[in-house]
Amino acid sequence: MRIHCPYCGERPAEEFTFQGDADVRRPQGNEPSQMDEWFDYVYLRENPRGRMKEYWHHSGGCRSWLIVERDTDSHEVFGVTAARERKLSPQRKRAS
Amino acid sequence: MTYSVFSLLKNAVTGHKNWAPAWRDPAPKPAYDVIIVGGGGHGLATAYYLAKVHGITNVAVLEKSWLGSGNIGRNTTIIRSNYLFPGNNPFYEWSMKLWEGLEQDFNFNAMVSQRGVLNLYHSDAQRDAYARRGNAMHMHGVDAELLDEQGVRDMYPFFNFDDARFPIRGGLLQRRGGTVRHDAVAWGYARGADSRGVDVIQNCEVTGIRIEKGVVKGVETNRGYIACNKLGLAAAGNSSEVAKMAGLKLPIESHVLQAFVSEAIKPFIDGVVTYGAGHFYVSQSDKGGLVFGGDIDGYNSYARRGNLPTVEHVIEAGVSMIPAISRVRVLRSWGGIMDMSMDGSPIIDKTDVKGLYLNAGWCYGGFKATPASGWCFAHTIAKDEAHKLSAAYRLDRFKRGFAIDEKGMGAQPNLH
Ligand SMILES: Cc1cc2nc3c(=O)[nH]c(=O)nc-3n(C[C@H](O)[C@H](O)[C@H](O)COP(=O)(O)OP(=O)(O)OC[C@H]3O[C@@H](n4cnc5c(N)ncnc54)[C@H](O)[C@@H]3O)c2cc1C
Ligand SMILES: [Zn+2]
Repeated sequence: MRIHCPYCGERPAEEFTFQGDADVRRPQGNEPSQMDEWFDYVYLRENPRGRMKEYWHHSGGCRSWLIVERDTDSHEVFGVTAARERKLSPQRKRAS
Repeated sequence: MTYSVFSLLKNAVTGHKNWAPAWRDPAPKPAYDVIIVGGGGHGLATAYYLAKVHGITNVAVLEKSWLGSGNIGRNTTIIRSNYLFPGNNPFYEWSMKLWEGLEQDFNFNAMVSQRGVLNLYHSDAQRDAYARRGNAMHMHGVDAELLDEQGVRDMYPFFNFDDARFPIRGGLLQRRGGTVRHDAVAWGYARGADSRGVDVIQNCEVTGIRIEKGVVKGVETNRGYIACNKLGLAAAGNSSEVAKMAGLKLPIESHVLQAFVSEAIKPFIDGVVTYGAGHFYVSQSDKGGLVFGGDIDGYNSYARRGNLPTVEHVIEAGVSMIPAISRVRVLRSWGGIMDMSMDGSPIIDKTDVKGLYLNAGWCYGGFKATPASGWCFAHTIAKDEAHKLSAAYRLDRFKRGFAIDEKGMGAQPNLH
C-alpha cells in the first residue's frame, strides 16, 4: 500500500500511522443529555466494507494529519487530502 | 457413525473407500427455530450445544462459503486461559475445561495438545505485570508459573537472551495452554451438530434480515428467504456488515491479521512462545512447520491478505528472538479478518430486536474461546438471557462504563 502525501509525494504505508474513521464527529459540548452522541462518537463505527475516509498521520515523514480515502476490501487508495483543509460545520452529522 | 479403533480398522481393510461423509449437505428448509449466521467455529459450536445441551435441533447454520474458510481455518491454533480480569478469566477457563474433554465429547480427533504457553518478559515492570496476572489466574483456580531467566533457558536454550533491546529475563508459563488442530474443531462441531439434526448449509450467504415490529422473522439469502424464530449472528470479521442488515451499528472495526508457516524442520520448539515486546509468537506444528505471527496490520480491512511491512516486521522480530531460524524458509502466509472491538473483549448478548442475538468482537483471540463461546451463546439463545460466564460481555457495557480492557488501550481497536 502506498499513500500519496500532499507534501511529501508517494510514500510507503509503513511511514504512516493509522488513526481510524475520519467521518466520526466529536460532539459540541458535554451535557448529560448528549451522552448518546458521545457514546456514538467514542465507541460506534460504521466499519464499511468498501470505500472509507480515514485519518492517517505521516508520522515517519512530515507529521501531517491526512484524510485518506481508501477501499477496505481492495486496499486501493483513491485520494489523499490534508486534514486541516477540511471544512466542517460544527453541527454537521456524519458524511454520508 | 462413531469413530473408533474398530471403524478405523474396518475402513482400512476396504482401502478407506467407504467412509460416510462426516455431515450431510442439506438444502435449506423454509423455516427453522434457530438460524445461526456464520459457519465458523463459534457458529458451529453454538449449533452443537443448542442441540446437545438444550435439545433445540431444528437449527440451521448458514455459511456463505465452505466450512472452515473463515478465521477458524486461518488462526494459529493457540489456546490458553491466562487472562487478568474477572469478566474474562472464568469464561476462558471454562473454554479450557471444554477443550480438555472436547475430543471425547464430540468423538473427533481435534489434536488438543496442552504443550504449554510461555509469555516472555524483558524488564522488571513486565515481570511484575506477569506476576500480577499469574496471581489473578491462581485466584481463579487456573495454573500459572512465573519463570526466571534460568527457567526459560532450561526450556529454550537457543533463544537470544542477551538482546540489547529486549533481553529475556523470564516468562509466565501456563502449562495447560497449547494448540488444537483448528479445521478439526470446525469439522468436529459440524459433524456433532449434523448428527443431532442441525442443517449445516454451505454456500448460503445471508444478504438481508427481515424484522417486523421489532421482532426477527427470517433472513434473505442467495438461496431464498428462510424464516426463523431466533437468529444468532456469528460472522466474526464480517459482523458489522451483517449487523447493519438489522440496523445495528457495532463498537467494532475489521482489521487484517496475518500468519505464516515455514518449511518443515526437525522438532525444535515444543510449546507456544510469545514475544509480545517484539510482536512475535511461534509454535511448531506436528508436521514440523513453524507456525508464527505477530500483530494486526493496523488499518481497517476486509481483504484477507495483508501488506509486506508487517511480514517484514514479524520475521525480523522472530529472528531477533531466535537467531537460529534466520535461514528457515517461509512456506506460506495468509490473512484473516478480525472483528476488533473497542475494548479488546468480545460480545455475547441479546439485542434490542426481539429474537436477534449477537456473538462478535473476538479480535485475534477467538479460537481459544470457541467452545465456551458456543456454550454461552447457545444458552443466551435458548434461555433469552446472558449466561453467568458471559455476563460481562454485554453489548451495552461501553455505554454503562464497564469496558473490559485487558491491555488498557482505550477505544482504539488497532491497539488491542
Ligand atoms: C492469522 C490469525 C491467527 C489467529 N490466531 C489465533 C490464536 O492463535 N488463538 C486464538 O484464540 N485465536 C486466534 N485467531 C482468532 C480466531 O481465529 C477468531 O477470533 C475466531 O476464529 C473467530 O470466530 P469464528 O471461528 O466463528 O470465525 P470464522 O471462521 O471467520 O466464522 C465466521 C463465518 O461467517 C461467515 N459469514 C460472514 N458473513 C456471512 C453472511 N453474510 N452469510 C453467511 N455467512 C457469513 C464467514 O464466511 C465465516 O466462515 C487468529 C485469527 C487469525 C486470522
Ligand atoms: Zn508527508
